[in-house]
Amino acid sequence: MVTPAPTTNPSRPKMQGNPYVPMPATVKEVIQETPVIKTIRVVLDDENARTNFHFEPGQVGQVSVFGVGEATFVIASPPTETNYLQFSVMRAGEVTSAIHKLNVGDKVGVRAPLGNFFPYTSWQGKNVFFIGGGIGMAPIRTILLHLLAHKQDYGTISLLYGTRTPNDMSYKYELEDWLNREDLNCNLCIDTAAPNWPHRVGLIPNVLKELAPSPKNTVAVLCGPPIMIRFTIQALQELGFAPEAIVTTLERRMKCGLGICGRCNIGGSYVCVDGPVYTLKQLQSLPNEL
Amino acid sequence: MSAYSYLTAQEIPTLVERLAPHFEQVLVPTEQKGVKESVIFAPWTKGSPISLAKATVPPKAAVFPKCETLFSYKIEKDTQDAPKLTLNPEIYAPKTLIFAARPCDALGLNILDRPFLQSHYVDPYYAAKRDKLCVVTLTCPSGCENCFCHWVGIGPAATQGADIVLTAIKSGYVAQAMTQKGQELLEKCAFKDGTDKVPEVNQARKAAWESLKPAPDLSQIHSTLAQSFADLDFWTQETQACLSCGACTYFCPTCYCFTITDEGDAQSPQGGQRLRSQDNCMAQLYTREASGHNPRPNKALRMRNRVTHKYMTYKETWGAFACSGCGRCIQHCPVGLDIRAILLAAIARTTNTPDMQGGK
Ligand SMILES: Cc1cc2nc3c(=O)[nH]c(=O)nc-3n(C[C@H](O)[C@H](O)[C@H](O)COP(=O)(O)OP(=O)(O)OC[C@H]3O[C@@H](n4cnc5c(N)ncnc54)[C@H](O)[C@@H]3O)c2cc1C
Ligand code: SF4
Ligand code: SF4
Ligand code: FES
Repeated sequence: MVTPAPTTNPSRPKMQGNPYVPMPATVKEVIQETPVIKTIRVVLDDENARTNFHFEPGQVGQVSVFGVGEATFVIASPPTETNYLQFSVMRAGEVTSAIHKLNVGDKVGVRAPLGNFFPYTSWQGKNVFFIGGGIGMAPIRTILLHLLAHKQDYGTISLLYGTRTPNDMSYKYELEDWLNREDLNCNLCIDTAAPNWPHRVGLIPNVLKELAPSPKNTVAVLCGPPIMIRFTIQALQELGFAPEAIVTTLERRMKCGLGICGRCNIGGSYVCVDGPVYTLKQLQSLPNEL
Repeated sequence: MSAYSYLTAQEIPTLVERLAPHFEQVLVPTEQKGVKESVIFAPWTKGSPISLAKATVPPKAAVFPKCETLFSYKIEKDTQDAPKLTLNPEIYAPKTLIFAARPCDALGLNILDRPFLQSHYVDPYYAAKRDKLCVVTLTCPSGCENCFCHWVGIGPAATQGADIVLTAIKSGYVAQAMTQKGQELLEKCAFKDGTDKVPEVNQARKAAWESLKPAPDLSQIHSTLAQSFADLDFWTQETQACLSCGACTYFCPTCYCFTITDEGDAQSPQGGQRLRSQDNCMAQLYTREASGHNPRPNKALRMRNRVTHKYMTYKETWGAFACSGCGRCIQHCPVGLDIRAILLAAIARTTNTPDMQGGK
């Protein structure tokens, strides 16, 4: 019988060796970003693993806290950052709570890189408008920093980052720099007015409509909670963005991360290998199971 | 040597005895008394009784156990030094013979092979077991209650997926080697040549085929299901009785959902294990995300996923159905839900022709 091979780009970085066994790693730095988000920076213990590790922006890792389990996080550092791998983790359940209890020097495991990545080569010569909501800023950070490192290849790079309150903003230590950068048009917003907040106020889709980026030669890249994605996609479509110019990431419950266990599928598309990055056009061709 | 050996009915245990020394584990259909009598694949030792009945539970655990260790972990903390993490992968793969499985069981293994071996990653735990597996099937004398293997492209006398195929004839059994591995094993067993019995074998297999009722045409079922995918009323109606108990997935030779969990404190003296266990996509919590969002919160959506995986998405990816037509999900469903009825209703829904008669 002819067995058609899965259709994923074979050239993307993949996990090496036994794909169920994590690479041992050590926590080098812990950053309390917000009351519920912590960033951990980890270094792979094995030198070979370190030198052979390559990933593309948007790819994810399964982080293990041994004895508790594994959970999926996007690698929130850009590929150019070779000193550590960064994961920004919102406390949600068992594994994320255990990650929040980690200290510098603690051991974790990492299975990575998994999944596909942002199709940034197809954005060359275009303007890119990033939209990050809440913890969705983690994947946006990796691709934003990657593009800024290669800014000569792109048009105007813009960011709209929104959270509920000023306290919910991650990466505060970088935001000042992002706001001042010449090569980044950076906009911040919070849901409702707060004292001493110099930036925009309003829900992301509404602020986006105020900013009204032109869809001309522009790609919109958005990550965030499902409800924000839904309304922001509507806003982008109202602004005239075509489905192929809207790029987003999906979240599903994951276990294997390898396209086998059957947990993350939308119809026949497995978010862990065929995603997490999809264009709206691709999503529209999948069975409606969001 | 010929590919056919002949043995009498009394020699079935002898065949197992002669095959057994070549394996670390021989799994044979074994009657199990209990609340409900059942036949399971159990390890054989000399003298243990062999049932030739179709097993209640398929032999998939030989390659995909109910629960297996992926690796053990241990973190040793030392007051001076940094903590030391040890991970030990454990791949348990004894050389195994599955004896007297049915054609639908052998097809089930082929269906599992694709996602575990030919997808983006090779699953090393499955691969090691599969590599050391030998399958002897027994062709069915006729279609059995609830089975519909001929709907999905095989039949009661199909030989695919088997290393050796046994077929009952009037005077005993003929064993036919289907692979090099099967041929070598049969030669070592040294039974009488069965070439002269081939006409009788063909006769028995033909009779098995002739016992079947005509099958509906499922060649377009993937697009039929795609057309029915968004019709939630359809799925709700078809799954009204379902209890989400998961019996259908547990008894299925082709279901392969699994979960991964940790057992044991990493810093305890004995450490712990990361386990992989068979899971059940019909359970409500199966896809629930940490945020509380659940893409398949009700049974209609879960049944839609189960049916479309087997007849639509697996087909689109691999060119074959992920169902061997064994009928176990029908037989063991406490409320009598019938996957055939869902397929036929989907066909009826899109063609508006009267529902075809289900059944064998
Ligand atoms: C592609 C992708 C990228 C992501 N990126 C990020 C990111 O960058 N940052 C971020 O904060 N989050 C991210 N997430 C979300 C993150 O993966 C989840 O928040 C996280 O998995 C929650 O894990 P938990 O153990 O804390 O939660 P829980 O849901 O409480 O799970 C606890 C544990 O219990 C077990 N468990 C619970 N229920 C069941 C069940 N029904 N069956 C079997 N086992 C069960 C599981 O083993 C699980 O590990 C991402 C998710 C995806 C899919
Ligand atoms: S879906 Fe039902 S009939 Fe098909 S292989 Fe599974 S248990 Fe057998
Ligand atoms: S066995 Fe029947 S009741 Fe149980 S989950 Fe399957 S279809 Fe539903
Ligand atoms: S997480 Fe297992 S198939 Fe995607």
